[in-house]
Amino acid sequence: MRWTRKHLLGLEGVGRDEIVAILDAAAKFREILDRPVKKVPTLRGITIVNLFFEPSTRTRMSFELAEKRLSADTLNFAASTSSVKKGETLRDTARNIEAMMVDMVVMRHPSPGAPHFLTHHLDASIINAGDGPHEHPTQALLDLFTMRERLGDLDGKRVTIVGDILHSRVARSNVWGLTALGAEVTLCGPTTFMPVEIEKMGARVSTDIRESTVDADVVNVLRIQRERQEGGFLPSLREYTNLFGITAERVAGMRPDVVIMHPGPINRGVELMTDVADGDRSVILDQVTNGVAVRMAIIYLLSRVRAAERIEESEILAEVGL
Amino acid sequence: MRKILITGGRVIDPATRTDDHVDVLLAEGRVAEWGKGIEAGGETLTVDVDGAIVAPGLVDMHVHLRDPGREDEETIESGTAAAAHGGVTAVAAMPNTEPAIDTPSWVEYVRSQETPIAVYPIAAITVGREGKTLTGMAELAEAGAVAFSDDGSPVVSPTVMRRALEYASMVGLPIISHCEDLDLKGSGVMNEGLASTLSGLRGIPAAAEEVAVARDIILARTTGAKLHIAHVSTEGSVELVRRAKEDGIAITCETAPHYFSLNDDDVRSYDTSLRVSPPIRSAADLAAIKVGLADGTIDAIASDHAPHSVEEKQVEFDAAPPGMIGVETLLPVTLTNLVQSGTVTLERAVELLSTDPASILNIPHGTLEAGSRADVTVFDPDWAWEVTADWFRSKSKNSPFIGRTLQGRVILTISEGKIVFEENATSDNDDGEAHAEGEHRPEELPVHV
Repeated sequence: MRWTRKHLLGLEGVGRDEIVAILDAAAKFREILDRPVKKVPTLRGITIVNLFFEPSTRTRMSFELAEKRLSADTLNFAASTSSVKKGETLRDTARNIEAMMVDMVVMRHPSPGAPHFLTHHLDASIINAGDGPHEHPTQALLDLFTMRERLGDLDGKRVTIVGDILHSRVARSNVWGLTALGAEVTLCGPTTFMPVEIEKMGARVSTDIRESTVDADVVNVLRIQRERQEGGFLPSLREYTNLFGITAERVAGMRPDVVIMHPGPINRGVELMTDVADGDRSVILDQVTNGVAVRMAIIYLLSRVRAAERIEESEILAEVGL
Repeated sequence: MRKILITGGRVIDPATRTDDHVDVLLAEGRVAEWGKGIEAGGETLTVDVDGAIVAPGLVDMHVHLRDPGREDEETIESGTAAAAHGGVTAVAAMPNTEPAIDTPSWVEYVRSQETPIAVYPIAAITVGREGKTLTGMAELAEAGAVAFSDDGSPVVSPTVMRRALEYASMVGLPIISHCEDLDLKGSGVMNEGLASTLSGLRGIPAAAEEVAVARDIILARTTGAKLHIAHVSTEGSVELVRRAKEDGIAITCETAPHYFSLNDDDVRSYDTSLRVSPPIRSAADLAAIKVGLADGTIDAIASDHAPHSVEEKQVEFDAAPPGMIGVETLLPVTLTNLVQSGTVTLERAVELLSTDPASILNIPHGTLEAGSRADVTVFDPDWAWEVTADWFRSKSKNSPFIGRTLQGRVILTISEGKIVFEENATSDNDDGEAHAEGEHRPEELPVHV
């Protein structure tokens, strides 16, 4: 399967073969990360901007490391949307950056659809590093990579995602990716955290943590933002922990080979207890390592499409004698 | 003033239950007479419309002209020129300008402009549209206001709404309510449903509108006042209005073309011209709106023409202000999505676009009966054409219909006996784009004296 997309905006509509193409490429890059010299010259001369309108440490660092391992030139732009709102529009910010001859933009933005908006105004390839609660495709791909590492083919595997589904881009991208690979997905959390009609994405919805995790091959635990309590979604964090927190006791009732995941950063003691997060079922740090390899694969595949586009363009120009 | 004789058309005038191939003679700004084979006397301009529909001028009871305050987006002059282009001969202008239309002098400002079509000011319900102190409704009515509305914002306080209904009933004018519970709406930017779940955009539940519609219906029953619900968008609202009418409550309502033409799945494109308030709803709501239009629950179609500058709309979806332009596409979108689809007859469409809104506002429009104001809209219901940005005469271009093909187009607009828009006009106003090759367009209008 050849990867033909210019942008990676989300996993909705991305097919099984395409996802497998990324994961297979990521496996090759994962090997590079175990070498003493972890850098390849693949993207020498390519410039990538990391455009972050929301605070992020791990995703931004993971992208930056992936870009550097591929020998791309990287620029970091961090701004709060409020300061941007006062002055420049997103369109102008992006076009100014592109005028510096940038090939690829990695963007995190609090507004859903912001990366789609950029594709209408820029020639660069766009990678969505999280757009509000919409999608976070690279996180889902690294989750899939990590699951595949532990479980092999995900067809028929049972994956339960626990927590604040309503505000979670990770959950949405995971559902698209997992269902494309044939996994059975259950979403578990309080009713106030369930977006309407989410079951139409092809996932089962449950409010019973025991029932929804007892047979699970994977339990992917989402971060609970403390401010959700003030938003009226939760009576208290304590009640959330009592009903849905992943404790050692609850893990003891799951399959002995269950895989515990978390996209980070963890609110220890709220959605995930320390002994589970640091326990032998947890693959949370593998997710972080794999994240670099998966992002290397995505950047590499998108840059190849872009290069092919440029080659075709130059062929056309050559044909007309320019 | 020269007389105009319109021949060769099919006259549809719901007010007189007319649907017939007759000639219409206009003289002295009035409809002089109609019938078969009217002889053109001297000094008469004869217009053979060649089988097109001849209807009373359209009445758009909900437009935002942005004047005073945002003249970069629209002015009374540009907005009424756009209306004439859309076959609209009377508009009711919403008072959410800067400042709000809440004093007699601002009402007079709106009325005093030189415009090709009639403009009726709607005055604010509360001073500054702040939802607190009632405006001087009697003097506003005296100055020429035809209704009261804080449109753009709901009247949050039930007590203020109750007093407004009571007071307006004394003045004899309707209250037009923008029904939205701001608390339930929260920071939502699109309809809450599968599409908001998938797009990640914050949802506005149908309940945010329905709770407010229910409240205002109860208050209308309590006060016996005339209540008109603006831009009904949900299945539940249609059902509430239907029941209220069955209960004999003095209520009318309107919807906008986008609520029976687009659904929330379209919003997944993140096209900011699709951000409107209330939001574009689900396919089920759209179907219920159509039923309501057909069965008489919904009384009028109004555009909610809401111009916004490109600077304001060329941003992230949730940063864009709500609103789309629509006074020019009012008729073609209605013809395409209601009449062509067989939901309503042409006669019912004319009723919804002209007769009934004129009657709700109690303004002298909406019929071709002899003696009435000579407002005529002639349109070709079969003309298929693609909407382009430069076809619009509005100062703003925030229309989701750009790039879409619509069926039906206005070819002649007459306001008070004067031609204010003509498809084949060769004046400066002519729109070259409309005559692109490959489009079906009628023969040149054989205009001769």
